[in-house]
Amino acid sequence: MSSRRTTRSRQSSSSRITDEQINDLVSKLQALLPEAGIRSNNSMPAARVLQDTCNHIRSLHQEVDDLSERLSELLATTDTTSAQAAIIRSLLM
Amino acid sequence: MNRKNSNKSRNPNKPTLAFYFLRALACINKKTSMASYNQRSGTIKRAAYASMALAAGPKRAWSRAVLCRVLWWGSSRLHGFPTRRRPRAFFHRRVRVADPKLREPSKADVLRRLVPGAKAMDLSRLLEETAHYIQYLRAQVLLMQNVVGSVSD
Repeated sequence: MSSRRTTRSRQSSSSRITDEQINDLVSKLQALLPEAGIRSNNSMPAARVLQDTCNHIRSLHQEVDDLSERLSELLATTDTTSAQAAIIRSLLM
Repeated sequence: MNRKNSNKSRNPNKPTLAFYFLRALACINKKTSMASYNQRSGTIKRAAYASMALAAGPKRAWSRAVLCRVLWWGSSRLHGFPTRRRPRAFFHRRVRVADPKLREPSKADVLRRLVPGAKAMDLSRLLEETAHYIQYLRAQVLLMQNVVGSVSD
């Protein structure tokens, strides 16, 4: 398992990180992924969870980039006061 | 009790997130000197990460790392420093071609590169930071989708 590989290289004297703790954290991470509801409740291998997490983070970064571009376009073209009013209205409701 | 506390601190405070982001947007909107579209979209992106990090607070390594980067970027542009030597190409992500000679990095190392401030963390801390980071990223994306939706209506 990947956790064994990393704990081999990091012999921390302060706190022993148990495999159980790692498994617990990995399962929490798995629960955060978008496919959590689709897959069965059985735990996936840690490497798979990490891979999916990396992909998910990359896709979120890409979304932020795309949304920033769209916002930049929209702010250039729309009237400021009406845009602000629309935003505040949508957030309050 | 520890778990409850960690859950509370983990869930992003949406009104706070919205407040910081909208305030930044209002500032960006006022600055009409920002003529170029690319410049403005880059500024909005940095504002998004900065507001995310501000809402998360200084207790998390990723939020501190993001704020450092944003402040570094802002101050270097303000003083006219050349921005060639960036600490990391976080805001301008390039596609890196993998060198076949190098050993393929482990999944944990790839994750360390993606999560800001996570370079020298052990695995358990890395996983915790990642979970926190993902929650805030997701909340930020939802907020931005809401804003785009309401402005484009």
